[in-house]
Amino acid sequence: MNLAIQIGTLRMQNPVTVASGTFGYGAEYARLIDVNQLGAVTVKGIRLNPVPGNPTPRTAEVTGGMLNAIGLQGPGVDGFIKKYWPFLRDLKVPTIINIWGTTVEEYAEVARRFDGLGGVGALELNVSCPNIKEGGAQFGTDCTLLAQVVAACRKATTLPLITKMSPNVPNIAPLARAAEAEGSDALAVTNSFPAMAIDIHTRKPKLANITGGLTGPAIKPIAVKLVWEAAKAVKIPIIGMGGIQCADDAIEFLMAGATAVAVGTANFYEPQTALQVIAGIRAFMEQKKIADVREITGSVVVKK
Amino acid sequence: MLELTVQIIANERDTDSYFRLVVRAPQIAPLIQPGQFAHVRILPMKDALLRRPFSIFQATADTFSILYKTVGKGTEVLARMRAGDELSVIAPLGHGFTVPPAGGETPLLVAGGYGMAAMFLLAQRSPQKGIVFVGGRRRVDILCEREFAAIGWEVRSATEDGSHGEQGLVTAPLTRELQKRLPGRKIFACGPTPMLKAVGRLADEFALPAELSMDEHMCCGVGTCLACVIPVQSGAGWEYQRTCTEGPVFDSRQIVWEVVK
Repeated sequence: MNLAIQIGTLRMQNPVTVASGTFGYGAEYARLIDVNQLGAVTVKGIRLNPVPGNPTPRTAEVTGGMLNAIGLQGPGVDGFIKKYWPFLRDLKVPTIINIWGTTVEEYAEVARRFDGLGGVGALELNVSCPNIKEGGAQFGTDCTLLAQVVAACRKATTLPLITKMSPNVPNIAPLARAAEAEGSDALAVTNSFPAMAIDIHTRKPKLANITGGLTGPAIKPIAVKLVWEAAKAVKIPIIGMGGIQCADDAIEFLMAGATAVAVGTANFYEPQTALQVIAGIRAFMEQKKIADVREITGSVVVKK
Repeated sequence: MLELTVQIIANERDTDSYFRLVVRAPQIAPLIQPGQFAHVRILPMKDALLRRPFSIFQATADTFSILYKTVGKGTEVLARMRAGDELSVIAPLGHGFTVPPAGGETPLLVAGGYGMAAMFLLAQRSPQKGIVFVGGRRRVDILCEREFAAIGWEVRSATEDGSHGEQGLVTAPLTRELQKRLPGRKIFACGPTPMLKAVGRLADEFALPAELSMDEHMCCGVGTCLACVIPVQSGAGWEYQRTCTEGPVFDSRQIVWEVVK
């Protein structure tokens, strides 16, 4: 039975990674799960310089999910390499580094820095964070800007590039095609959905940032549809994510057209989820006599 | 830190809306340090998914307990669970209180409401007995006085409505004690943020060290999500640090109160 998949030069032993921002820098969960059983580790977004992040409260629980507005707190490229890279470099599984910037040039510079580091599995371009004022989602919702970011990073590195798409667009197809045309090796679909919650007793927003990104099982059906639409638009592989809690959820994403999947918010409440998803995909393949996980990708049956 | 499914041994009402929950956890219990917490997944809840953090109240060789107040969806479901039911816990978590060394500082403990529970292990494991100051709105908010008295600690309580102990805030009896200016003392506190801020200010005023257990919205509990941060001094400025990992207990002088919400 084959569970391995390939994204550009990135080889994953199984199609399951974790969503950026839900798994820290890998080491935090290593005491609770065997990180080497994942397909890849995807780390929290890094820009060139350290980022303090947003005021608190940064998260709020909602029915079937949560809102977050962390504000991409992070150590910057140098801090990441010093503090977190030694652990990740020594893992048996590849690391996908999520990167971002406030300008096209910054994206390219961060990509260049990680290209020079050696041993990085892939770079994920975060063009879809809803919680920062500059950069982030503005690049992911405008075809021209998105094309510029992907093209600049493509010039800066030979590492596989995964463009993390915003869900907050009327039609994902043109953006997906723009990323593909500029040399993105894969798409990550999708990021969190802009959302809001109010405490009715204090009449204040539950997040200090007022709005945040909705994640968790509540978004899963919308994310599955976005994967399906993106998969019809491009030939490059897609990493599907949004509310995956179990193998059945992951298989839905694969059938919609994803080559791999990422477990996100579920890591926060059940750190074993990603490993359970891997075991569940294997069990499903045994039961359905599927020899290669890649046969599941795009296998949804849609009558014309 | 371990993630385990544990069985509830007891889950009984303490006073009013406060409950005491005991679980059997022989692998976790011996690891627990004062001021640490357990991150609990209330398994019957299917639409409210996140774990809830609870300070650990007591620990034996094979059990630990928490003392909680029903404040929302999670704790209301938890209060209906019975002996034999199961919970998923990740514990022990966080950086707790420094247990005073033998012959070291005399501890002064300050607690607000269920913050009292987070201080019991510290009192129990401290070689020096001290005084615990506890405050709450009403009589029912003053918890586990008996447990502290049973291990030889002096308890001084204050309630806002005067229904138990002296009337007013816990900082009043604490201030009077500090005015004695006895040397070699140290303050430890857990409670609502305004109380902690007031205790931090008193510690400054009387030039005493203070360890404060800080409370902030928590999500993953293990340091990945960066939800539960507070502003802490760093170099010339400050940075956000995690109450789940660098905390919940911080040196009060390190906390940048102007930025704390």
